[in-house]
Amino acid sequence: MTGRTRAARRQALLLLAPTLVALTALTVYPGCWVVWLSLQHRVPIFGVARFAGLDNFAFLAVDPRFWSAARTTAAFTALSVALELLLGVAVALALARQERGRRLGLSLLLLAWAMPSVVTAKLYEWLYHPTAGLINVLLGAHAINWLGDPRLALPAVILADVWRSMPFVALLCYARLRTIPAELYEAAQVDGAGRLATLGRVTLPLLGRIVLLALLFRTLDALRAFDIMFVLTGGGPAGTTETLTVYAYRSLFQMLQLGFGSAISVVVFALVMGAAWAYLRLLRPRAVVA
Amino acid sequence: MRRPARTAVDLLVLVALAAYAAPFFWQLLTSLKPEGELLRVPPLLPSRLTLAHYRVVLEQSLIPRALVNSVGIATLTTLLALVLGVPGAYAIARLPLPGKSALLLAIVASTAFPQIATVSPLYLLMRALGLRDTWAGLVLVHASFALPLTVWLLAGFIRELPLAAEEAASVDGAGTVGTLRWVVVPQLLPGLASTALLTFLFSWNEFLFAYTFTASEASRTIPVALALFPGVYEVPWGDIAAASMLASLPPVLIVIVLQRFLVSGLVAGALKE
Repeated sequence: MTGRTRAARRQALLLLAPTLVALTALTVYPGCWVVWLSLQHRVPIFGVARFAGLDNFAFLAVDPRFWSAARTTAAFTALSVALELLLGVAVALALARQERGRRLGLSLLLLAWAMPSVVTAKLYEWLYHPTAGLINVLLGAHAINWLGDPRLALPAVILADVWRSMPFVALLCYARLRTIPAELYEAAQVDGAGRLATLGRVTLPLLGRIVLLALLFRTLDALRAFDIMFVLTGGGPAGTTETLTVYAYRSLFQMLQLGFGSAISVVVFALVMGAAWAYLRLLRPRAVVA
Repeated sequence: MRRPARTAVDLLVLVALAAYAAPFFWQLLTSLKPEGELLRVPPLLPSRLTLAHYRVVLEQSLIPRALVNSVGIATLTTLLALVLGVPGAYAIARLPLPGKSALLLAIVASTAFPQIATVSPLYLLMRALGLRDTWAGLVLVHASFALPLTVWLLAGFIRELPLAAEEAASVDGAGTVGTLRWVVVPQLLPGLASTALLTFLFSWNEFLFAYTFTASEASRTIPVALALFPGVYEVPWGDIAAASMLASLPPVLIVIVLQRFLVSGLVAGALKE
């Protein structure tokens, strides 16, 4: 190695150092610490802090509330991500063929995505109001208690999340569609492909990879979702909208069980990293063509 | 398709998208409705519009203070993330780094970190450092959480810049830092704007950390203040609607006025890899 390259390397590390220090101190270190916390009995208000090995996890394995939260997380993730992708691709196709008013269309679409999720929760709380909510008024059916009925609350939360997150999927697919060269469509037309055949053979296959990427982002976000259920239903009624993140939060900061709550956090952590790893393996073989 | 038919379909798509945004407009309308008409629907439209709810929120609630906190915290978060992130992104995009691919993988992986996983250790850390309920604590946490995405986006934008100017500067004897400051940053402005917008939006909207690390109006941000909006005997729907419109103001302005930068940032993060 020449002196010059060595100097350049040192300089590169120096420029990167602030980023690495911040990430190590406030992300990686807490990420390791939480695993350590999960192995302890730790209840700060009683001054309890002792090593407990895998006790917390052993308790989780037989904790019905944990398994209920895990099922809720799975249902929330599967349904909201599936709806977001279906709707997102449809909206992207509609927007991409738009000739005029694209900017306005994007503005209307991104409105839902850009505002704080707490606002989304407040907005839907009002829409779901049993007597004065817009949804019941439009359905002509008074007094459906969306957020109070154990069968309806989770679908109601999912709807709010889909409304908020679908625009992100639509935007990604729309951006991809705009990079498809017009010649491809002309060639399909010359070959006598109808509109449906073009959609099935040209457009959708080209979207495949970006849809997979959107699936990755949305799955990770749905697994770690917290704000929308915490503010909209607080996990109720009867725990039907309590996801793992909400259970973890309650254990940590309401029951003040720092060790036990951290154990649930570690489970969420493992789920998210596992999902990310699985998708990255799926995505790796080819380079992104976009 | 013939032209008039095309225009008709274009219009139809816009109407459908406006309907999609209806929950937002309904909240806007609610915030302007007289108190007595809130719970009496139909009719959907109010007899008159009033700013009374905004007056209550601005004069009698903690929302104005929360807005000041949010503007301050989101702005400082954005500045800190950029100051830390630009040199790092430049090193990743342009300079020879040992173990670069492992480093990139670590940065991508840390964008997947769930907040709930780090919230309990960070809480203990904030308490130990005396940073609970301060702007500084939240700015540090937000900036470091946003940093992987910031670096990732900026590195992508830097890679797109032509190399010629940097090579010329190097021939002229400019050092790495000088080249970064005087050659790269001026060309990077649109990319910086996109990255800054996304970082700002993240910090403005963030709830879990803000809810956990704040305890009073000294540092409560707008999402937290809105989630905790008090009602005495009944839920003040009109006031909540007005407060949520105020909380949405910067994001809505960004979507409408700075859409180009927002979209290019969002798309860049996903399409470049």
